[in-house]
Amino acid sequence: MRLSRVSSIFIFVVTVIAAQILTMATGTVFLLTQLTMTAYYSLIVIGLCLLMGFAGQISLGHAGFFAIGGYTSAFLTTFDLMPHREKAFVALLAKLHMIHARPDLYGGVVLTVHPVVACLVAVVLTCVVAYAIGIPVLKLKGHYLAMATLGFGTIIYSIVLGTQCLGAADGISSVPPFQIVPGLLVSGIPEARIQNYYIAWGLVAVSMVLLVNLISSRVGRALRSIHGDEDAANAMGVNTARYKLNAFVLSAVLAAVAGIFVTHFNGGIGPSEASIVKSVRYVAIVAIGGMANLWGSLMMSSVLNFLSLRGYFGALDDAVFGAILIIVMLFSPEGILSFNILQVLKELVDKGRRSKEAH
Amino acid sequence: MFVELFFQYLVAGLTYGIIYAVVGIGFNIIYNTTGIINFAQGEFVMLGGMMAVTLFGFMPLPAAIVGAVLITMLVGALIEVVFIRWLVNPSVLRMIIITIGISILIREAALFFWGEGVRSLPYFTGNEISSLDISGVHVSPQALWSLGTCGIIVVLLNIFFKFTMLGRQMRACASNREAAALCGVPTRNMVTLSFVLSAGIGALGGCVVSPITYTQYNIGTGLAIKGFTVAVLGGLGNSMAAVAAGFVLGVVESFSIWVMPAAYKDAIAISILLVMLFVRPSGLFGNKETSRLKEF
Repeated sequence: MRLSRVSSIFIFVVTVIAAQILTMATGTVFLLTQLTMTAYYSLIVIGLCLLMGFAGQISLGHAGFFAIGGYTSAFLTTFDLMPHREKAFVALLAKLHMIHARPDLYGGVVLTVHPVVACLVAVVLTCVVAYAIGIPVLKLKGHYLAMATLGFGTIIYSIVLGTQCLGAADGISSVPPFQIVPGLLVSGIPEARIQNYYIAWGLVAVSMVLLVNLISSRVGRALRSIHGDEDAANAMGVNTARYKLNAFVLSAVLAAVAGIFVTHFNGGIGPSEASIVKSVRYVAIVAIGGMANLWGSLMMSSVLNFLSLRGYFGALDDAVFGAILIIVMLFSPEGILSFNILQVLKELVDKGRRSKEAH
Repeated sequence: MFVELFFQYLVAGLTYGIIYAVVGIGFNIIYNTTGIINFAQGEFVMLGGMMAVTLFGFMPLPAAIVGAVLITMLVGALIEVVFIRWLVNPSVLRMIIITIGISILIREAALFFWGEGVRSLPYFTGNEISSLDISGVHVSPQALWSLGTCGIIVVLLNIFFKFTMLGRQMRACASNREAAALCGVPTRNMVTLSFVLSAGIGALGGCVVSPITYTQYNIGTGLAIKGFTVAVLGGLGNSMAAVAAGFVLGVVESFSIWVMPAAYKDAIAISILLVMLFVRPSGLFGNKETSRLKEF
């Protein structure tokens, strides 16, 4: 049974609200913190799902875009402009109301770029980087594309890890909350738990509406035709390079937005967010969700990220993802949701019978 | 003084270049027979080094190295038989994801068995501070061991592929699998053999450089990227060129420390890979004409 677009979104929204009410009713409101983080990580996953499942392009460097978003925003909102306030550029920013003064821990005043401006800068920077990387990288196929994006992720990781002003191995901490509109604060303080939960899942819902509409439009058909056969798509007049690039940039921006919000929500970001293991994990979740299945990816991302964030996998966190990844790819490459155990057993039995007859 | 320093960097670069070359050769062997890039290639090097360190506790060094290489070969064979052999026409994307999954599992298993500690084998001859003075340049004897081993691997591989029946069968399998099968080459076994061979070479490389570069559970991914860089630099599938490219990369990296902070060393290698992929995916030594017929 296939659900219509509207009813899928409706079920999703109801589930989100029900989950929040459930935590309230059972006195487990503290779970909302992990659920909020889960939402942000799901944002990367659905973006990657568009790129991998629909455009058919693998990216092993999406944690890099997450880090670009998070680190840019964190750096701009923590870098103290006080010593530089006489300079013309800072004065200009102040005139444009892009500067934000707040008290620091020791009673002094810190002058930083306003979080909203920082967020915009981070998104624009991600777009620029994604275009710059995407134009050459997306000409590659298969292994070359995988390795090139893996390489991009590694470069971002080593830059983040090796740069002193980005905190090197410690990352950036004490990132201020991000006020979207007065009253709505992206912050990890316990009082703001519920509103943050809705901000996060609201963001996911908006992105889902956007993506679901996108893939059932002309663009979506173009992307799927690229996945099917790029040369054929080209011959039919689909501008494959442009569609691939735009899908890549869109998914990069979603990753960056997730990075920005997670950073402000947690009040900090560390280099582990940019690591290859994270990139692989996002790819794993898309693969488990069934590649070209936005709702499946979102569902798997919600479950797996939540379990992982709650620490259910313990020290075996990465091993669990690796194992699930292999098992799904071996037995059910269409994703775990399409896994049909009876079918697989039947095929195995048939195969055994056939090979017996052959002998 | 300047000249001496230059040669010192050069030797350091060559030593690191060897291990990249070894990983690059491993990529090529499997790529040639199957068309797969095995993302778990770096893990073989790590396994070889770790295994040898553990075995060294019970037996003399040469036996420990032989044991480590054999066990890693067995792991390579197991990986092929369990995960790859029975797949019918898997897509490239699926193969990439499966080998990445395998690399994660090996790494996590290594973390489980050996912990996060950095280990290394003892120097084969001499110790950390012993060095040979070759006209003013100080060379660690271990560097010579590594260079020698790599040289022997390359020569033996050449002999194997050119003059033995098995090697010829593997090459036949590489150039046209169906035709090879029609001529009676057991192509599936050749694929298993290619995994065994590249696991063994990786493990041996991991053992000889372990005293210099140290071994830790998570060195695999970095080595895999560098090894792939080398394989692409030389032209994918060309093992001799991979060795040359390995030395080029090692030396470039080593000299990059002169102008850039050491923390960005990895970024240099990968930037070379990216530029190479964009500009000349057929490799430094590849033929531009034939590469037009390939897909990149």
